[in-house]
Amino acid sequence: MIAHKREPVLSVRGLSKMYGKGCPSCQTLTGPEFNNNVCPVCSSILALHDISFDLYEGEILGIVGESGSGKSSLVQCLYFDQDATSGEVYLAHYNEGKDNVLNIPASKKRYLRNHLMGMVYQNPVLGLKLNISSGGNIAEKLLAADLYIYEEIRERGKKLLEKTEIPMYYMDEIPKKLSGGMQQRVQIAKALANNPPLLLLDEVTTGLDVSVQARVLDLIKALQQELQISMIVVSHDLGVIRLLTNRTLVLKNGRLVEVGLTDQIMEDPQHAYSQLLVHSML
Amino acid sequence: MNNLLAKTKGTFQYNFAFIDEGSKREIRRKILKAIAIPGHQVPFASRELPIARGWGTGGLQITMSIIGPDDVLKVIDQGCDGSVNAVSLRNLLVKTTGVRTTFDSREATIIQTRHRIPEIPLKEGQILVYQVPLPEPLRRVEPRETETRRMHGESEYSPLWVSLYEDIVKWQAVSIGASYPCRVNEHYIMAPSPIPKYDINKLNMAENLNLFGAGREKRIYAVPPYTKVEPLQFSDKPFTIEDFSGLSCRRCGARNTFLDEIYDEETGEKYYVCSDTGNCDLLRQKNQEELRDEHDCA
Repeated sequence: MIAHKREPVLSVRGLSKMYGKGCPSCQTLTGPEFNNNVCPVCSSILALHDISFDLYEGEILGIVGESGSGKSSLVQCLYFDQDATSGEVYLAHYNEGKDNVLNIPASKKRYLRNHLMGMVYQNPVLGLKLNISSGGNIAEKLLAADLYIYEEIRERGKKLLEKTEIPMYYMDEIPKKLSGGMQQRVQIAKALANNPPLLLLDEVTTGLDVSVQARVLDLIKALQQELQISMIVVSHDLGVIRLLTNRTLVLKNGRLVEVGLTDQIMEDPQHAYSQLLVHSML
Repeated sequence: MNNLLAKTKGTFQYNFAFIDEGSKREIRRKILKAIAIPGHQVPFASRELPIARGWGTGGLQITMSIIGPDDVLKVIDQGCDGSVNAVSLRNLLVKTTGVRTTFDSREATIIQTRHRIPEIPLKEGQILVYQVPLPEPLRRVEPRETETRRMHGESEYSPLWVSLYEDIVKWQAVSIGASYPCRVNEHYIMAPSPIPKYDINKLNMAENLNLFGAGREKRIYAVPPYTKVEPLQFSDKPFTIEDFSGLSCRRCGARNTFLDEIYDEETGEKYYVCSDTGNCDLLRQKNQEELRDEHDCA
């Protein structure tokens, strides 16, 4: 099954994220063994501690864990929505993976966000501007990547909406008028606008009803097969993880407790928390 | 020299050009910084003046800080030398400096303007001072000052571009009339004060120095001589200026100037006159001289 022997698209080394000022006890008094990620001494939240993993080309990596385990903090740090406290992140498409992208200037980070990454949030409000038309939202991503030809922007917008199965007459409507599932698909279209090599999906199907959820998942699966994008899929839903991903990280209280092939984790979980998680699946 | 100085002599005297030398120094330093970073808005300590903020105090403070006794001053409001705003500001400057004034833009060394660039191209050595109400071009898409500063810093102008895109989708053309956003020196995007689109191309590679002052918003920015200024445009939807084809000025007959639309008070008839009155007067004078010459020949 493991066919990925190439260089990783994304390497994360020792990534940590702290909300609060932190103290020497933060690392020793939090974690899965304490079932806690809030430091009892200084009340800082250790959202992520020493996370390392690789993402290979064309691979879908799942991140699973309960609420507050640091899943969203992780993708937000990767998308520069949050500043990571420490750690290193390397992107193969940026300067041949030589630079730690957490330390590059803000304008370069913006370039990475617009050219090399796409992000789909759980809440469409975060990823879309609801007072701008769906076409305009896609145009924003294209314009941010310095495409200033109006007809080409329209053309690419149309193709993306077609790909994400949004009827063409919604192109110039504001996303407020669309249903939740459609908003989510517009968000996916926007994230894909610049053909990024890396796509981050943060709880994309949470809050959608089962049939809409299935359509969105089908879409992601189909897009991945067509475009061979590397993806990170964050979800608390093991069904989604099982359907989409090749490999899975299990997070608990900001720590990485298990890494492995998705099937392996589902069938034979090693860590006590992973076992609990798998057994609690409906 | 002037009434104000004469009346108050012996008891109290205003400084040359009204504001004190310390304040002038501060404003001059900010002007130099603005010139060094074309199109970048430099915050400055805006002073109280005997006119209300929002009535040209930004431009006025710049003029007061750079004017000297040998300067020749022209003050215009929407191109007009005679409107209330222009007359009041000119009176204040003349009373406190005693400089010579003119209506002829070729003669002036400092021109303070509200929302127009004179029709006759300005030369090296001339300074055009703009009164700016809203210096932030991104305000229409982002209300937060902290955000707009970050956006300028990171050159993140896509939301502004999207507003142009949405305009074209809705109206088939960009619907911004005045204060059309421009990119200065291939870097910062600037609000060129509400000058009409007609005047935007005059800013590009202009020989004169352009200084923009916003008194209420406390910002100074500049377009130095020979600086590239480009209006934002999609490459297949080019920037267009106001169309006056087929129209001419009723006073001087000019066909290639920016025109104001006016309704005759008595007849209700619509007619057009040059917005730049100084230039209009010059053209009228020229027309009359030509007429006289023809008459003399005959």
